[in-house]
Amino acid sequence: MGDPAMTGASAWETLGRVGYGILALPFLSFLINGLWLGRKSPRASAWTATALMGLNLALAVILAMGYRAMVLGDPQGFPQRTALLWNHTWMDFTLEPGTALAARFGFYLDPISVMMVLVISFISFLVNVYSIGYMQGDKGAGRFFPLLSFFSFTMLGLVVSSNLVQTFFFWELVGAASYLLIGFWYTKPSAVAASKKAFVLTRFADAFFLMGMLVTGIVAGGFDFAHLNGPEAAAALNHTLTAGMFTCNLLTLGTLGIYMGAWGKSAMFPFHVWLPDAMEGPTPVSSLIHSATMVVAGVYLTARLFPLFSAAEHTLRVVEFTGAFTAVFAAAIACTQTDLKRILAFSTLSQLGLMMFALGTGGSAYPASMFHIFTHAFFKCLLFLSAGVVIHAIHSNDVRDAGGLRKSLPRTYWATLIAVLAIAGIFPFSGFFSKEEILHAALANGRYGAFLAGLATSALTAFYMSRYFFLVFHGPRRGSPAHHAHGDGHKPIREGLLMTLPILVLAVPSAFIGWLSKGFFLDHVKPPVPGFAEGASAAGESHGAGLGGTIGGGAEWLPIVATVLALTGVAVSWYWYGLKKNGPGFPGRAAPLWYRVLADKFYIDEAYLFLAKRVGGRLIAAPAAWVERNIVNGAFDLVTGAVRKLAFLQGLFHNGQVQVYIAVALVGLWLLARFGSVGY
Amino acid sequence: MASSWILTCTWVLPLVSALALMAFPANATSGVKRFSLFANALNLVLIAWLCYLFFRNPPQAVAGSTQPILAFATDVAWFRDWGIRYHVGVDAISMSLMLLAGIVVFCGTLASWNIESRAKEFFVLLQVLAAGVFGSFIAFDLFAFFVFNELTLIPTYLLIGMFGSGRKEFAAMKLNLMLMGGSALILLGILGMYLESGKHTFDIVELSQVRFEQGFQMWAFPAVFLGFGILGNMFPFHIWSPDGHASAPTAISMFLAGVHMKLGSYGCLRIAMYLMPEGARAWMDVFLVLATAGVVWGAIVAVRQKDLKYLNAYSSVSHCGLVFLGLAALNATALRGAVMQMLAHGFITSAVFCLIGMIYARTHTRLIPEMSGLMTRMPFLSVSFIIAGFAALGLPGLAGFAAELNVFLGGFAAGSPLAVVCTALAVLSIIVTAIYVLRATNAILHGPPNAAAAQVTDATWLERVPLLLLLACIILMGLFPGRIAGLVDQALIPILNNLNR
Repeated sequence: MGDPAMTGASAWETLGRVGYGILALPFLSFLINGLWLGRKSPRASAWTATALMGLNLALAVILAMGYRAMVLGDPQGFPQRTALLWNHTWMDFTLEPGTALAARFGFYLDPISVMMVLVISFISFLVNVYSIGYMQGDKGAGRFFPLLSFFSFTMLGLVVSSNLVQTFFFWELVGAASYLLIGFWYTKPSAVAASKKAFVLTRFADAFFLMGMLVTGIVAGGFDFAHLNGPEAAAALNHTLTAGMFTCNLLTLGTLGIYMGAWGKSAMFPFHVWLPDAMEGPTPVSSLIHSATMVVAGVYLTARLFPLFSAAEHTLRVVEFTGAFTAVFAAAIACTQTDLKRILAFSTLSQLGLMMFALGTGGSAYPASMFHIFTHAFFKCLLFLSAGVVIHAIHSNDVRDAGGLRKSLPRTYWATLIAVLAIAGIFPFSGFFSKEEILHAALANGRYGAFLAGLATSALTAFYMSRYFFLVFHGPRRGSPAHHAHGDGHKPIREGLLMTLPILVLAVPSAFIGWLSKGFFLDHVKPPVPGFAEGASAAGESHGAGLGGTIGGGAEWLPIVATVLALTGVAVSWYWYGLKKNGPGFPGRAAPLWYRVLADKFYIDEAYLFLAKRVGGRLIAAPAAWVERNIVNGAFDLVTGAVRKLAFLQGLFHNGQVQVYIAVALVGLWLLARFGSVGY
Repeated sequence: MASSWILTCTWVLPLVSALALMAFPANATSGVKRFSLFANALNLVLIAWLCYLFFRNPPQAVAGSTQPILAFATDVAWFRDWGIRYHVGVDAISMSLMLLAGIVVFCGTLASWNIESRAKEFFVLLQVLAAGVFGSFIAFDLFAFFVFNELTLIPTYLLIGMFGSGRKEFAAMKLNLMLMGGSALILLGILGMYLESGKHTFDIVELSQVRFEQGFQMWAFPAVFLGFGILGNMFPFHIWSPDGHASAPTAISMFLAGVHMKLGSYGCLRIAMYLMPEGARAWMDVFLVLATAGVVWGAIVAVRQKDLKYLNAYSSVSHCGLVFLGLAALNATALRGAVMQMLAHGFITSAVFCLIGMIYARTHTRLIPEMSGLMTRMPFLSVSFIIAGFAALGLPGLAGFAAELNVFLGGFAAGSPLAVVCTALAVLSIIVTAIYVLRATNAILHGPPNAAAAQVTDATWLERVPLLLLLACIILMGLFPGRIAGLVDQALIPILNNLNR
């Protein structure tokens, strides 16, 4: 890490203030709107929050420019491309202050943190603009904007963490923000249930995160990322304990624990069940939190600790396997869903799986995974925002109630088309480049299973996204029965400017950001450890070389195969849902068994429900409560009952004269004072 | 120090105000309330002033010393013949607990504003109770400590028996019998130390320099630790607390769980572990297991509670278990975590009991299934409840997390396989905590509003004051725990040096 003082102290000071500003503005917006303005005037609070987030975006851009000029522009001073803007000690864990075992609150700059700050500020701002239109007239609008600002604050705090405890701190807070926003419409039982489910499931994972973090920190002697990602930490952790028939490696144990947190937050199988339910929240929330930013926190954490993770072979295999499995599994389910937002939610799960397994395949996939976080944020945010427009227009979440919206929602139609092409990985849209890099890296790393899973995911993604597209925008307008009953089925549908503007803005990066930013990711995004990038590990070296070549450097056939697969997916979908209008699961057609299993999401939610109610409730908590009441407390009754038989306690306490008690107490006190001879 | 007389005032003032209240006419309800509020506010100001003096110039422990550095100390003979002295003073641990107690008593007074019948008796007893607790926290003489501690028991019994609800006589009796049993064990240990030391003194500072025989410590330590453990809500001797809380009036629940129980864990640390460190080292595995059992058991049992007060009582069992876990892990980080957890739990649980009282006053029920959608009618109370609930489940940025983090880290750092397994189980219990907290929050605040929610109004400004004060403490401690931790460390150094001797 370079010494900031060497490169112009005043410039660094300014950048440090920008860093404070980036965290302070959303927090300020939360306080102003939450404590005061939100109740006074929801409308004013919406505009204030949006203005502050706009300012935040400006600061983020300044930060990125400063980072580029001062860190990336100075490869001698910052060979690792990392710098600390500032770092405060929050709490020392040892009696002697100043040791490494401390929780700190810092601002860590490296390519991925700067990238995330930009993405979060940009998308938060757009979602705020969109929400002004979307939340108009909602009774809770005054509550919505402060919570959204709070989320942005916590998410920004999370990505700039310099210390694992700071990450955990904000990690839990984003979870709380997510809980409050999923349950935003809190009188709706399904929203309340979904919020609890999301919080408890991620909390389950976070308990292991906490354990992994503490064990890792204690054994490695510190929580700072700069320390944890160094070779000493991995060496200190690489220590096998044997207890009877169990052996465990502390490095594996610690990193697996930390990965559990990522597993839950990024909703990898089997923790994925909270994410589709989280769609109960308002659509802007789904767009910002449950697709573009918060759910990638798990991938981000894995990347943040990547050097440590890559020292733990077994953990990487788990990362790879969970990622690859989730990618295919969620994509398959997405093919059968009928709820607009749930289709997109399963698509998010599947894309998160891609990012995750990429990291699991090894070092050269690191930039590819980060690249995909970046491109995915734009097109997925766009998809959700446009779904919100559709939902507003047809007053239903069901694709079977949509159809034929191409004419009435032209701007949304074209923007969605771009995003669908991007996520399907069609050249030259953004998703093509990042997905290509992931597949390429998996192949170069020799992880063929994951590679095939990636290919399958690509094909399925193209299929279900175009199915979504055809069902919503093409064919005849179907409309919901309730809708027709109200007789307003043909009310003209309009696209409000506040809602369509963010969508149109997002269409630009969805289309072009892939080839625009590819160079940045390939040149600058590398795991931040001297030993790794500079060739201490031979494997890292060769992977790096494989990565250095652009697409087709190693396997020219790959983009062609992937494109063919994607086009096949689109074609099948067009044949079933566009042309024949009679695909599997289409209204009026009986679904085969395999289809019902998929559509019912493999009954995993039901399995959880069984575990929670029958096992957790009836087999553990209920007997425990009974034992507590009748046996633990019963012991007291037993003892006192026996004593009571001696008829000795009865009269002693039951004469009920308060004055007597107080008098006795005071006389006693007086006696004590009187007979105590006070003096030195 | 020049301000030592103020420290004595902190327990004299409540006692004097109790005497003054006795002179009030029986029906002067409003005057009684105003006077008690004035007295408790004044006392809080005194304590805050002492805290300010303390924090401005905190005593620094001497490395390697086993003697505490006390601020505002007074040391005069009381019963010269028996070596009993009035020795009071504070270190960072007792100072912070004093602040906690001052705040909770003040808030409890405000939370009792709706008491109409026999208000005079209520506030007299409350003041006596407060005097006992303040005195206990500052006493550095075992005899004085014991007297103050006993002073708390009778008012507790009467307050629950007279002003409680439900099976109040039974609950009051159960509580008092168990706490008196604990006191008997403590007395046994205190007298044992007095006789065994041969120094003819009850002074904690002097006794801390005595190395009691191993054989003596082997029975006296568990007696004293268990005695205080009963008061401190240690599994399986926690059974007085759920019934006690459920029957107690709001202010007494707040005070019992928020402050009085802390007296137990404080005694465990200050008396049992500090004076008999060899016994502590020998017995700690047992208490480690009991502490962990409490953490896990309290959380699991809380999941099935329907009554909000029982829910919070079992939540307290779980959270007090964390205090004992911190104590039993026997290292600097864990002990500091234990002290911070005393503070954190004190603030959080008082806030929750305060809220439960206010909700009950509006809905006339404490049963979770009978409430729904209260958020629509009382946003302020609901948001406060959510913040307090988040604090209870250990959300970072709030007091509970800062304390738990230290306990867990200390537990893992303790290194013995048993400590690691126990800590791991305790960490897993945070999942269960999330379940019962969210279950209650979602059920009573969220969902469609029902009949119970129809007549509900939001908090008055008088009710907002205690909540805002407690929540401010929870948030401040959660955001800036480093300073408190550093101060507590200074107070722990003598105790740790004794434990490692």
